[in-house]
Amino acid sequence: MADIAQQDATPAVYGGLAELLDRLRRSSEYVLIPLFALVAAGLLFSIFLLALGQSPATFFSLLWRGGFGTGFSWENTLVRAAPLILTALCVAVPARLGLTIVGGEGALVLGGFAAAVASIPLVNAGAPSFVVLPVMGLCAIAVGGLWIGLVGVLRHYRGINETIASLLMSYIAIAIMNFFVEGALRDPANPNKPSTQAIGEANMIGDVPGLGVHWGLPVGIVVAILLWVLMNRTTFGFAARVTGGNVRAARAQGLPVGRLIVISCAIAGACAGLAGFFEVAAIQGKANASLAAGYGFTGILVAFLARQNPLAIVPVAVFLGGIAAAGGLIQRRMGMPDATVQVLQGLMFVVLLVSETLYGRMPFFRARGDKR
Amino acid sequence: MSGTDIGFWGVPLAMFAGAIRVSTPFLFVSLGECLTEKSGRINLGLEGTLVFGAMSGYAVSYLSGSPWLGVLAAGISGMFFGAIHGYICKLPKVNDIAIGIAMMLFGTGLAFFFGKPFIQPQAPHLPSINLGGWSDYPQIQSALEINPLFLVGIVLAVAMWWAFKNTRWGLIIRMTGDSAPAALAMGYSVDLVRFLATTVGGFFAGVGGAFLSLYYPGAWSEGLSSGQGLMAVALVIFSRWNPLLCFAAALLFGAAGAIGPALQSVGITQGYYFFNAAPYLLTLFIMIASVSPKRSLKGAPGELSITK
Amino acid sequence: MSAFSLNRRTLLKSAAIGSLGLTTGLLTRRPAFAADLTIGIIYVGSRDDYGWNQAHAVAAKALAAVPGVKVVEEENVPETVAVAKTMESMVELDGAGLIFATSFGYYSPFMVDAAKKYPDVQFRHAAPLWTDKDPKNAGSYFGYLDQAHYIDGIAAGLSTKSNKLGFVAAKPISSVLSNINSFAIGARKVNPNATVQVIFTGDWSMPVREAEATNALIDAGCDVITCHVDSPKTVIQNAEAKGVKSCGHNASQADLAPKGFITGAEYKWETIYKQYADTLAKGGELPNFLSGGYDLDFVQNTPYGAGATPEAIKAADAAKIEMKAKVPVYVGPLKDNTGKEVIPAGTVHAPYDPWIDQINFLVEGVTGSIT
Repeated sequence: MADIAQQDATPAVYGGLAELLDRLRRSSEYVLIPLFALVAAGLLFSIFLLALGQSPATFFSLLWRGGFGTGFSWENTLVRAAPLILTALCVAVPARLGLTIVGGEGALVLGGFAAAVASIPLVNAGAPSFVVLPVMGLCAIAVGGLWIGLVGVLRHYRGINETIASLLMSYIAIAIMNFFVEGALRDPANPNKPSTQAIGEANMIGDVPGLGVHWGLPVGIVVAILLWVLMNRTTFGFAARVTGGNVRAARAQGLPVGRLIVISCAIAGACAGLAGFFEVAAIQGKANASLAAGYGFTGILVAFLARQNPLAIVPVAVFLGGIAAAGGLIQRRMGMPDATVQVLQGLMFVVLLVSETLYGRMPFFRARGDKR
Repeated sequence: MSGTDIGFWGVPLAMFAGAIRVSTPFLFVSLGECLTEKSGRINLGLEGTLVFGAMSGYAVSYLSGSPWLGVLAAGISGMFFGAIHGYICKLPKVNDIAIGIAMMLFGTGLAFFFGKPFIQPQAPHLPSINLGGWSDYPQIQSALEINPLFLVGIVLAVAMWWAFKNTRWGLIIRMTGDSAPAALAMGYSVDLVRFLATTVGGFFAGVGGAFLSLYYPGAWSEGLSSGQGLMAVALVIFSRWNPLLCFAAALLFGAAGAIGPALQSVGITQGYYFFNAAPYLLTLFIMIASVSPKRSLKGAPGELSITK
Repeated sequence: MSAFSLNRRTLLKSAAIGSLGLTTGLLTRRPAFAADLTIGIIYVGSRDDYGWNQAHAVAAKALAAVPGVKVVEEENVPETVAVAKTMESMVELDGAGLIFATSFGYYSPFMVDAAKKYPDVQFRHAAPLWTDKDPKNAGSYFGYLDQAHYIDGIAAGLSTKSNKLGFVAAKPISSVLSNINSFAIGARKVNPNATVQVIFTGDWSMPVREAEATNALIDAGCDVITCHVDSPKTVIQNAEAKGVKSCGHNASQADLAPKGFITGAEYKWETIYKQYADTLAKGGELPNFLSGGYDLDFVQNTPYGAGATPEAIKAADAAKIEMKAKVPVYVGPLKDNTGKEVIPAGTVHAPYDPWIDQINFLVEGVTGSIT
């Protein structure tokens, strides 16, 4: 009661400012708690390092340098983050409907493969890159969308658990790609690394001018923003969230649950397929076994850390990219195994996820007068 | 050596042998996960537990000279991971699927970190029991060279199946998994039951890992597990939370994995990528054929986040 | 672009000043003298994998012994943009002046691009891929392991009883196919009844499937097993456990099979790395292309184990002398296993004929298919 009385006593002129500060303080919960968790994880990891006779100071300064400390480090970080944004979206969108899709890897691989295959006749016919690239991109999106869309179909019309189906299908997708890449579509120019025919230097997507990072990064950010708008500001998104909250209630409301599931899964797969397109068109220049580099699986982690929020995925992907980028420097300078960074990542994620239990528990972040 | 060439009969025999050889880790991890999920919690991190179990089992077997001590160490380290998972997941607002994925990363990371010095040395292996002495065919003899852990796994599967139905503890676990309020009303601590189920589940998964490094294929390396732990978790849902079906699913998966090499060995070599993907294709087709939207997942624990 | 480069240099400098206390020598840019050189080595797997990567890591220690040379290493680097960034990072942050990229898929486009981007830095790649169209600061070094597999084949052909030899292979690519073919040609030269059965696992490192393949080959009657996978430990161990003989690959696996080990095909990377180290110590320039086999001591065979019969040892020793004298393995007429003639009568492919790098068939006597 005292709080409310105080609030009432505040002169109207300051009301706006006080309210703003109050909102800031309350929303700072979403920044301060993760920060606190990261510090805690850092401390735990320092103990681990000290126990091994290594210097935490050196470790963290290298982590900073390798990931974010120089212009080059930023390039390294962002280029690693680019595919993760798209594969994380492949998890986050269906998550709004309560679906756990873990098969983004498969959609990425098949999307990239489809893009490379689509390019072959066009490149051979001498088509210009402004024709080749859009066709490749559309094929990647379509195939990725179909692949995860199929998971949605199986889920809704056959009642098959989407987590298992998508996991199984990602192994199958990799087998399909390998079968063709090492068989019918193998380019004789690559006798020792089976690949499809190269799309050619002229068709490679270059870097964003002034930034040593390919176009997959800005495209990923734009897609993340669009999907945030879709999921939070449209009827479709609202219906999806209702379905995710309670399927029975959604059905009772007459929502087209089946269509929502299939479309969301297709959107998710399209994102991963797009990531595959950029792997082919900006990095590899052809489809080969290196497409299955685990981006799809790392994306799952990014999505969960971002609490399935498309906007939060961007900074989380950059953060993860930074740690991965720094891993090399740490190996080289400290002579520690590559798994060191994996231990740190695992520890950070566990602590970050544990810190979610703190939300709403700290009095500091509560609204004034909230006596929960 | 004449008279031992059994031609195409080699394929079904290889599948049978493969089922016995390859299924054990799937069996242990899926039984562990089955126990955990029956109590209403999911632990996706068993892949990490499996890998850490494989490493610690191999390391302890090498250092102590006793493979059985290695198995025990693998189980205990798995128990440790299970306990962490179990403890964290009882905190409010914590997502058990996400924690599982993070624990998977943490477990494999730790295993790789501490496993470097153990890639080279040779640790003593688990013994095998030869049940095929009656046959003149070396193929059958080798197929029936069975590891004791496989037999332990069968006993465990049957015991769990029986215990879920007929014992008080089985009932408590199932009740906790189906309806936490009901378990609470009966005066049982839901958190404690789930914590114990997750811990024991971790033990099983760790033992499954020890099989990989100490028996088949029988060495510690970073590429040892190609997702066996993850697949085993999926197999639990596939086998509808029934320990006996877990056993069947593990056998099926092992047999399907042997198809690829077996077909190549009799000269069918085209499309080996698809034969190698047979376990995944087969599981998917069986699911498509056997599950229907009208029959909801029978036996699914009501509290499980992944099936809600 | 230029504006950003400028900006980046400035950034680098200021960052270097800022952290001078913590990490000294962070920005030793490209060295002027060989005696003050940082060398970066990149591995695709773990440095202790009992196979390909370990063979490199052990041999590369010769480089670290050169005075003034500092070696930085990174393992488990995938053949994606990660390796591009690792190379750049070695140059930008460690000031590396020479980089060894030891995995096949590092070459194109990643190493070629890096060589174009940093013309002052030398790049060397462990596969015979460099041509004079590629940047002059790039290059290749390679050992022709098929010569050692040929010796393996001769020893295996005279050590088998069932006349069936098993080969566990990762992928049907040229370098693997040439090893299988040389093994088969060697075996059938001394034992025309011998056949080689191949199982492809489809992956460079997949221990469970490698073990399954080994068992499948043994069940099919093979009594000698060899392999071409990244880490042969699983294959050799399982063969030994089943009481059959084995031939190694990449590095020495003799310890793993005290009863059945015959011999093994080994790279001798230390010859190459020592040669490089000597050149660097003298301040000389590294050659763009360095490859060889038995004649240059770039490959060798593991000392014979208990599985090798006396005839096998005798024949294999004789063949080693031939290999050192550059006697060719691929001599026409030669048919592939579909009956097609791949080398007409009278044609001979010398040991380092580029033709060998392009092999895309399995020779007669090999059971298996490359698709």
